[in-house]
Amino acid sequence: MTVLLEIEGLGISFGGLRAVNDVSFRVNPGEIVSVIGPNGAGKTTLFNMISGIYKPGAGRVRLMGEDVTGISPHLLARRGMSRTFQNLQIFQSMTVLENAVAGYHLQESGSVLADLLGLPASRRRAAAAREGARQLLERVDLARAAEMEAGSLSYGALKRLEIARALALNPKVLLLDEPAAGCNAVETEEIDHLIAEVAASGVAILLVEHDMKMVMRISRHIVVLDHGEKIAEGDPATVSRNPKVIEAYLGTQAEDAHAHG
Amino acid sequence: MRLSEKQWTLLILAALIALSPFFFPSSYYYRVGSLIFVNGLAVTGIVILTGYAGQISLGHAGFAGIGAYACALAPAHLGLHPALALVLGAAISGVLAFLVGRPILRLKGYYLAVASLGLGILVAMALANESWITGGPDGIKVADLGLRAVLKSQGLDLSNTEFWYAFTGLALLIGAWLALNLHDSPTGRALRALHGSEIAARTVGIDVARAKLAAFVISAVYASVSGSLLALQNRFITPDVAGYMHSIEMVTMAVLGGAGSVLGAIFGAGILTMLPQVLTVFAEYEQLMLGLVMMLVMIFMRQGLLPSVLRLIRGRGE
Repeated sequence: MTVLLEIEGLGISFGGLRAVNDVSFRVNPGEIVSVIGPNGAGKTTLFNMISGIYKPGAGRVRLMGEDVTGISPHLLARRGMSRTFQNLQIFQSMTVLENAVAGYHLQESGSVLADLLGLPASRRRAAAAREGARQLLERVDLARAAEMEAGSLSYGALKRLEIARALALNPKVLLLDEPAAGCNAVETEEIDHLIAEVAASGVAILLVEHDMKMVMRISRHIVVLDHGEKIAEGDPATVSRNPKVIEAYLGTQAEDAHAHG
Repeated sequence: MRLSEKQWTLLILAALIALSPFFFPSSYYYRVGSLIFVNGLAVTGIVILTGYAGQISLGHAGFAGIGAYACALAPAHLGLHPALALVLGAAISGVLAFLVGRPILRLKGYYLAVASLGLGILVAMALANESWITGGPDGIKVADLGLRAVLKSQGLDLSNTEFWYAFTGLALLIGAWLALNLHDSPTGRALRALHGSEIAARTVGIDVARAKLAAFVISAVYASVSGSLLALQNRFITPDVAGYMHSIEMVTMAVLGGAGSVLGAIFGAGILTMLPQVLTVFAEYEQLMLGLVMMLVMIFMRQGLLPSVLRLIRGRGE
């Protein structure tokens, strides 16, 4: 099996502070790999390096064997990488449908002149994207909200909309940053099913998630970060027995649970 | 059949242009109307740049200046037909916008506003100082477009003000049609997407720098054509057309009416063009008034006059 995403010795510092240091792992097609760790462990920073938002200070990112370290997100999108964000990045003033259509940008965009003149070619491309987007909204159970302004949706619905938009790119690698955060049990289960379904179609999924039940249930492989370093990795059963993990992560999780009441 | 927003906008605009003359007390109002249309055209370009893409230019009058002086200079020095001079001006403006925008739009933040401000001032200074060719601050004569004479020979005899009213009205309709086409097209969606979240726009594959550049170039061409039409209509032009105040005026018109909506922005152009003609107080204190209008809109109706009013009406209807 070919490795879809390979992370090798990735690291970055902000003002002398090592946010992420020497992290390596790989994700195969159809596999769900989760990155877990306490708040501030560097999970989102790691995501931002992999998806081209931050330029890594050290290490390599390979997508299907090709070195894509530090290249721009829009070029990564072309190569089949897609992601969602922990703090939602929705196009607020667009409709729900248009948000999903935006995910088809690479397929629908053509000549600016054709778009200005409203030529049939331009309209055909837009119509095809709209049709795809409608089907995606169906899939994430948002079809009925299609014409609503995205800003008016509930948090859980926006999370699903973001996943739909990421799926519109028909990615080979999908990065999901806390897809179930702020969702209720029913919504979490829906997202859970959706992720499993997408993975089953051969997409490599990299997941950051705080919901440990979800992580243990759906991950093939888990990478544990603490203070920017990888402290453990393995299948869910191995990781949850690892004393370092229990100390660093599960310990603070109990505190977290307490703190969040 | 239900009309789309685009069809509604064009219908309302066409109706206003066609029916207003029936209410004109004197032929002077044709002149006011065509000024509104010329400003409306420039402001429609601002809608694409600011309303769709969220980018701010404080130097668009520079492009209007290029368009205007192309119509003054190219026929006199190159023997070009005034209509071709308009096209030449638009091409120069587009290329200049491309050259200036390309390095600037790779950067995030307010660099475009500052760079365009500089560009606008530079063009205005060049037009005022290079008097050996531009005629300097006193202005310069502009050739006759010649279309009115052609129409007359075909049996359509319009007065000068009537002709320019119809001609600029038609230009505005075409400009609005193009901008509305763009709104719902893939390019327009990319512009509105990067306006909403640049980071999300990049992750769906939008080349943000390229999309912004396209918006800047298109809006520069709008401003240039608007400047050309003003020059051809007045048969005379001064460097004021490229002045800083004219740039601010364009942005204020768009913001007042609603930069996100073509009809709204044209509405804003209508109000701010008419006010100084009707109220002499406004003409005297124009700069002060523009500042006041801008502040009030930002405080009370961020979306602009027309969208805010529409929202109010729709809100009550529900």
